[in-house]
Amino acid sequence: MHFMLNDEQLMIRDTAARFLAEQSTSAAIRRAMQSETGYDPALWHTLSGEMGWSAIHIPEAYGGLGLGYVELALLMEEMGRHLLCSPFHASVALGANALLVAGSEAQKQHWLPAMASGEITATLALPAKGGLWQADAVTARWQQEGEAYVLDGVLNHVPNGHSAGLIIVAAREAKAGGGTALFLLPANTQGLSRTRQASMDQTRPQAEIRLDKVVLPLSARMTGGHAELATLLDLAAIAIAAEQLGVAQAALDSSVAYSKERQQFGRAIAGYQAIKHRAADMMLKAELARSAVYYAACLAQETLSASQHNTAELAQAASLAKAYASEAAFYNAGCGIQLFGGVGITSEYDIQLYFKRAQSTAAFLGSPAWHRARIAAQLLD
Amino acid sequence: MNMTFSAADEAFRRDAASWLADNLSGEFAILKHRGGPGDEHSLISERRAWEKKLAAAGWNCLGWAAEHGGRDASISQQVIFAEEYARAGGPGRLGHIGEGLAGPTIAAFASPAQQARYLPGIRSTNELWCQGYSEPGAGSDLAAVKTRAVLGDDGQWRISGQKVWTSLAHLADWCFVLARTDPNSHDHKGLGFFLVSMHQAAVTVRPIEQLTGSAEFNEVFFDEALAADLVGQPGEGWKIAMALLGFERGVSTLGQQMQFRSELDEIIRIAKENGAAQDPDIRSRIAEAHMGLSVMRYNALRMLSDNAGADEQKAALVYKLHWSSWHRHLGKLAMDVLGTASELCEAAPYALTRLQALFLFSRADTIYGGSNQIQRNLIAERALGMPKEAKGR
Repeated sequence: MHFMLNDEQLMIRDTAARFLAEQSTSAAIRRAMQSETGYDPALWHTLSGEMGWSAIHIPEAYGGLGLGYVELALLMEEMGRHLLCSPFHASVALGANALLVAGSEAQKQHWLPAMASGEITATLALPAKGGLWQADAVTARWQQEGEAYVLDGVLNHVPNGHSAGLIIVAAREAKAGGGTALFLLPANTQGLSRTRQASMDQTRPQAEIRLDKVVLPLSARMTGGHAELATLLDLAAIAIAAEQLGVAQAALDSSVAYSKERQQFGRAIAGYQAIKHRAADMMLKAELARSAVYYAACLAQETLSASQHNTAELAQAASLAKAYASEAAFYNAGCGIQLFGGVGITSEYDIQLYFKRAQSTAAFLGSPAWHRARIAAQLLD
Repeated sequence: MNMTFSAADEAFRRDAASWLADNLSGEFAILKHRGGPGDEHSLISERRAWEKKLAAAGWNCLGWAAEHGGRDASISQQVIFAEEYARAGGPGRLGHIGEGLAGPTIAAFASPAQQARYLPGIRSTNELWCQGYSEPGAGSDLAAVKTRAVLGDDGQWRISGQKVWTSLAHLADWCFVLARTDPNSHDHKGLGFFLVSMHQAAVTVRPIEQLTGSAEFNEVFFDEALAADLVGQPGEGWKIAMALLGFERGVSTLGQQMQFRSELDEIIRIAKENGAAQDPDIRSRIAEAHMGLSVMRYNALRMLSDNAGADEQKAALVYKLHWSSWHRHLGKLAMDVLGTASELCEAAPYALTRLQALFLFSRADTIYGGSNQIQRNLIAERALGMPKEAKGR
């Protein structure tokens, strides 16, 4: 049994770690989050085009590298560790997964190669303002009028939605009892307007997207519906959990490093048990999250490679990974601020950026409480 | 990375499962799910017979080298056997201290003559073992042991002192004892690792009654007790004792987790029956218990992977802290799900229900085998490179 990374996976992780340590520096993060796009397009071009990251788990038939979800999770973990500002999760974990799970063969052929190369970025629009990232919370409306679909709605919290080239919209049929469907909308679609929202976590841009009687050809509708949307959200939750694992690890590592340098009462504060025990609890959180994330990533891979899968098993693994990683990231970043002391609350230090990322990703794709409630329902109802 | 066992391992799993199904039956059926933590004092003669049956069929000492009568089984196979043993409801093992601790230590550090003397008795389960480490003044600070070993003019070592928290001492034939060979030494220097027969007048065993009313631990008093053997040299005791702790790589943990799962299943069944499952706080805590147990399994699979490396050692370092805290929470959850029903015993005068015993005995989980506070020190020092604790001497 090898529930551990193999040599190739270790190489992918270490290469990503080295690259991001050089590229996603504190100064680079701040430049990116204050830029209009919210990320550095040149860096995106390098990591998607030259390094092939956005192609990582897309099958070779669609221009991808054909690697697995564990490899994708390892990249996400390193991006979280280095707090990379990028449309990777939006485009790969939401966009590419949507096509893989819910797209027709023609749609995959048409969109995936450009997404694999990073030429185009995609995202998913689902909740209304303040709404939940879940398949039952769809509020946009669609109806068929002859040889066209017409979409209406105001969607919010769309990750990298102001810069994405392709927006995948989840909508519900306007007539009573209508089903959920997914639509592919190029950003320049007539009737689609978008605005970046100022967000507390400036490293993850979010947009409001308005659909005002948007008319789409029949070919814009994806084949999957509610069930595929639910699977897509579970896959995306596993990927963001991997990023949170990286946030949790970075908060632990930077706090411990600081505690070894910071002197008070004549010695490094790392020697005090009050600090050591807090750090040990942070490591416990990170390691449990790692076990949950790697397990969920293995199941995600099985889901993507099999024609049939056990949705309850994937849902439970996704909920476990997302809840544990959300709490590990928040606990560790919060403890990190405490261990840094006064400088922890300055804008100069990076720990506050990790803290904000931890909170914004906790609310994204289901809070720990929501995931725990979903598991409780599986066990008790 | 994968979570699958090889075809050979799966065949091994089928062999183990079918042997257990065939043999944990008839006269042995009463042993199912018995003799675990909190119940270790029960059904002793039946469990002795069961040990012999396991041994005769070659299902003990799986990880031992073939030259010592083992099967050279891989970690995966040992994990599989532990899982199947727990799934079948196999009783708490009387031979586990010999098999998992004394045997591997003797195999690694003792002379060929000592190996020939002791290993067959462990393998056959004819001889049971207990561990003489902790003392009233040496708990977390094990290196503070005061028990003395004195070399007589006759060339024999004699042991004097008191050990405590000694599981199975009243049944054991042998005890491995950490004792001070150099009376002027302190801490981890000047210790020896001795093998001492329990069948001598100079050894007295006194049970310790616990908060559950039962007694699974003992105090052991040595009054110039004759040591049959010294393993290694005088002064090497600490090195050998520490290596011993490393031999138990935790293959039994997946079996332990199945015990935990069965406890959680019982709590869920009760919560559905008595309506506690409708309470939002209880729902959340049951979900958390389930999640904590699932992640315990994934964490154990990481640390028990073949060829585990540095990443997996981190998983191993946090493991005890997680399972002990988790299990203690489970005990409290059980009582809160039961509500007022949790107050009544199964029978007079003080026969506890399984869940009451879980609630009370799980308080020990965060204390023995390295308390949670010691675990946090170890994590901070070994994994995070933070400074060691200052010592008061």
